[in-house]
Amino acid sequence: MSSTATPEASGHSHDDGHGHDGHAHGHAEQNFFLKYFWSTDHKIIGFQYLFTGMFMALIGGFAVYAFRMQIAFPGMSVPGYGRVTATDYNALVTTHGSVMIFWVAMPVLIAALGNYLIPLMIGADDMVFPRLNRLSYQLFLLSIVVLIASFFVQGGAFGGAWTSYPPLSAKPEYNLTPLGAPMWLVAVALEFAAFLLGGINFVTTLMNSRAPGMKMFDVPIVIWMIVIASILFMASVGPLVAGAIMLLFDQTVGTGFFDPKKGGDPVLWQHLFWFFGHPEVYVVLLPAMGIVAEVITTFSRKKLFAYKTVIYTAVGTGALSFFVWAHHQFIAGIDPRMANIFSVTTLLISIPVAEMVFVYIATLFGGSIRLTTPMLWALAFIGEFLLGGVTGIFLGSSGADIYFHDTYFVIAHFHYTFFPIAFIAVFAAVTYWFPKMFGKYMNEAWGKVHFWGTIIPFNFIFIPLFLLGARGDHRRIYDYTHFPDLMKPGMQDLRVLATLSLVVLLAFQVVFLVNYFYSAFKGPKAEANPWKANTLEWQAPSPPPHGNFPEGLPTVYRGPYEYSHPDRQDDHWPQNSPS
Amino acid sequence: MSSFPRPIATTRSATGISTGKLAVWWLIASEIVIFGGVLGSYVMHRIGHPEWASQAEHTNTWAGALNTFILLTSSLMAVLAHQAAEHKDGKKAAKFLYLTILGGLMFLTVKSIEWTNEIHHGFTLTSHTFWSFYYTAAGIHGVHVIVGLIIMAIIASDAKKGIDLQRVEAVGLYWHFVDIVWIFLFPLLYIAK
Amino acid sequence: MISKYVDSVATFSGDIDHLIWVITAIVGFWFLLAEAVFFYLIIRYAARDGVRAQYVAGEDPKEKRWVAVPHYLTLAFDVWIIFSAISVWQEVKQTMPQADETVRVIAQQWAWTFIHPGADGQLDTADDIRLVDELHVEKGKTIHFELQSRDVLHSFSVPVFRLKQDVIPGRTIRGWFKTTQAGAYDIQCTEICGIGHAIMPARIIIESPEDHAAWLLSQTPATAALTTPTTQTGGMP
Repeated sequence: MSSTATPEASGHSHDDGHGHDGHAHGHAEQNFFLKYFWSTDHKIIGFQYLFTGMFMALIGGFAVYAFRMQIAFPGMSVPGYGRVTATDYNALVTTHGSVMIFWVAMPVLIAALGNYLIPLMIGADDMVFPRLNRLSYQLFLLSIVVLIASFFVQGGAFGGAWTSYPPLSAKPEYNLTPLGAPMWLVAVALEFAAFLLGGINFVTTLMNSRAPGMKMFDVPIVIWMIVIASILFMASVGPLVAGAIMLLFDQTVGTGFFDPKKGGDPVLWQHLFWFFGHPEVYVVLLPAMGIVAEVITTFSRKKLFAYKTVIYTAVGTGALSFFVWAHHQFIAGIDPRMANIFSVTTLLISIPVAEMVFVYIATLFGGSIRLTTPMLWALAFIGEFLLGGVTGIFLGSSGADIYFHDTYFVIAHFHYTFFPIAFIAVFAAVTYWFPKMFGKYMNEAWGKVHFWGTIIPFNFIFIPLFLLGARGDHRRIYDYTHFPDLMKPGMQDLRVLATLSLVVLLAFQVVFLVNYFYSAFKGPKAEANPWKANTLEWQAPSPPPHGNFPEGLPTVYRGPYEYSHPDRQDDHWPQNSPS
Repeated sequence: MSSFPRPIATTRSATGISTGKLAVWWLIASEIVIFGGVLGSYVMHRIGHPEWASQAEHTNTWAGALNTFILLTSSLMAVLAHQAAEHKDGKKAAKFLYLTILGGLMFLTVKSIEWTNEIHHGFTLTSHTFWSFYYTAAGIHGVHVIVGLIIMAIIASDAKKGIDLQRVEAVGLYWHFVDIVWIFLFPLLYIAK
Repeated sequence: MISKYVDSVATFSGDIDHLIWVITAIVGFWFLLAEAVFFYLIIRYAARDGVRAQYVAGEDPKEKRWVAVPHYLTLAFDVWIIFSAISVWQEVKQTMPQADETVRVIAQQWAWTFIHPGADGQLDTADDIRLVDELHVEKGKTIHFELQSRDVLHSFSVPVFRLKQDVIPGRTIRGWFKTTQAGAYDIQCTEICGIGHAIMPARIIIESPEDHAAWLLSQTPATAALTTPTTQTGGMP
């Protein structure tokens, strides 16, 4: 705990006359509402995003429970939902997809962790635009209000899949959701606006507000990743924002941007969507990779293998991700020659991603590995993501995609990437930073129960889906009994196995929620740096007060991963320790 | 506003560029791709549909040219406002910002006369996909103009009191960007016939 | 591998299966190797009392080899996969062998209409045979198909051919297949097309030359008119 005083800490005069201590205490008298709902403190905003994301995960989880039950037991009255009609089924599938990506993965991985961690890990007291930050969360909350309201309007929630392809999404006579479709689109657009504001804030904060002495190559990987992801998001979402405006006009005033009868082109939307949609995969993957880097270095007491390589591969992945989008459209009516080009770029992107995974595996070499709950999650991320990565090769290969496109093979593939990203890595993050966030420990034994209760059923959900996809099960079908070739012996059993595994997985999340909230209030007290980690957030008290570093903002002397350095007795070497 | 306690983070500048300016650059970067999306889609459609020229010939090139001139002039005023702000002359900076705002208002006035006229002739948002693009692209641009005017009004009233003069440059950057977008819109929507 | 579960009845379906097999072998090998190394390291370097972790920066080229060599191998195997994938793609999507017969496939919410050319072998003549959700082809013939949609996107998918192609309103998309075996199989719509997406199954009936001739005979224009579905009213685009 050797926080070093900085010139800034002695120079309170910068601060418009508000001394550093002044505002640390100034907020103490604020009432509950101002403190937790109107705060500009990056940590509170981080919590707002985290808890909102958790709440949305419950909605996304409930949706998948309802529609998976319908697939396994067609026509049954699903406990807690009732009978799932074809309309319900499409709405549930759409809700599950869009909620999990836009309202769970994005807010938790980018916004919650970015807000909570960036200032702490770069040794600042807040973001550079605290009020913009608050506005960003408020817009995000508004987007959720619009989305949830769309469940209850006439015609019900939008059911045209999270990709919202026109003409289905463009005309009420096709989608039968005259209000649900535009409301879904408005909700997504608001969410983008929120993340654009947040992204600008993240990037400028990292660029300008690093602690004295902290060079770019002293920045922890997780911060690099969140910022690279924010830049990717900002650079890729524009065409979709434009597309959303055009689609909204098609829906509401009857323009024909995507209507072939009026000279428009429905495939244009697919280009605009996937130009964003594919980089989006890396927008959420990179922060997850960053979390894993922090956790595996801490719990193997190792320096990260080839730190700079990780950053270069992340930048390379990000740049390449702008040139692969049409692999979602091989059979969508694009020029078949284009498929060859995009097949090449898609397979090439496997190289930097694979390299990142190799680097992480190499980091374990020669380590002193402790299998704590966060470490289990981080290792599980690597192990499971590998399968998600290699199955992508089948889909990126144009010839094989002719068969696999829009089958359950695709679903299994991207859940083997997205589930590790949005849940496994997030559980690693939540359990790793829990002592910092709350100043308490989570229960380790229950943490491991939750880990195995999630990882085992996860594989039993999606391995059957790979098999079903290979046997021809196509996506977004609420009842396979209409297809004789898909009701061959054993196929329904696989569907039932996947659904029952899902129910088990969902049930085990109760263990997590109880452990999390119980520990937050009643857990054993944690010290400031329980894992003996190097990065700056662990040098602040747990939980950090408003202003983060009460002993003055830190100065940085070295990179974040100096574990087990041969010149030192101690096996860690905090970034802010002068010697 | 002034009661808001500014964190130390907001006063740092590791890059040497002021945080506000940096943020405006990133904002512009993300706006470029938004306009890129609209204009890219439009250009692809024009290439695919040469017959849209028969619609495009009904646009009023003179009104477009006049607006180009007005916006360029207002950008010049924004530059002068920046210069005044560099010399810590808040009053003068405010004066030039008000002139910039005047330019923006004239732009909007010309635009509304032009659109009213076109709508009276039956060229509406839904009459043809050319006009859908025309109104959508210019409309998104127009929203940026309006937002710029509001922000400039706030900054000008602060600058008059000598507060936050560094913001004059930041808003100027944004205004040049809005101007440049128009420089792309004008030939694509008006001249290409 | 796939043909164990799903019949392979087109000339190119075996090639797609083979491609899938090649990819499975390559990525399967790398996946298992990476997992093996990964688990080995976790067990080998589990924390033990008194044993300190090593300090390895991974910046030295000698150390970087451990990542660089797999990196180049990944590239080499990628190139192999790309060539295999593209050659299959070109066979299925970029070549059009001479047609023996052309059928028109019209998708709409939520049915397929198949227009067979009839006895004269020409589309858009009086003896065209229109059937809903049923496509008849003769075994061993090269069939061209013209895909059209009346409303939203659909996708024409025949798993036993390993074939799939989206159907786009306002366009006619052409493709081909040549069957190798008689039988009746599913046709699916694989692009979400509204609430009836799941109830858009159709069947393809592949017949021997004799059966096909008999079927053709039974579908005289008069009887064809009787079986003509109500969905025909929209007129062909």
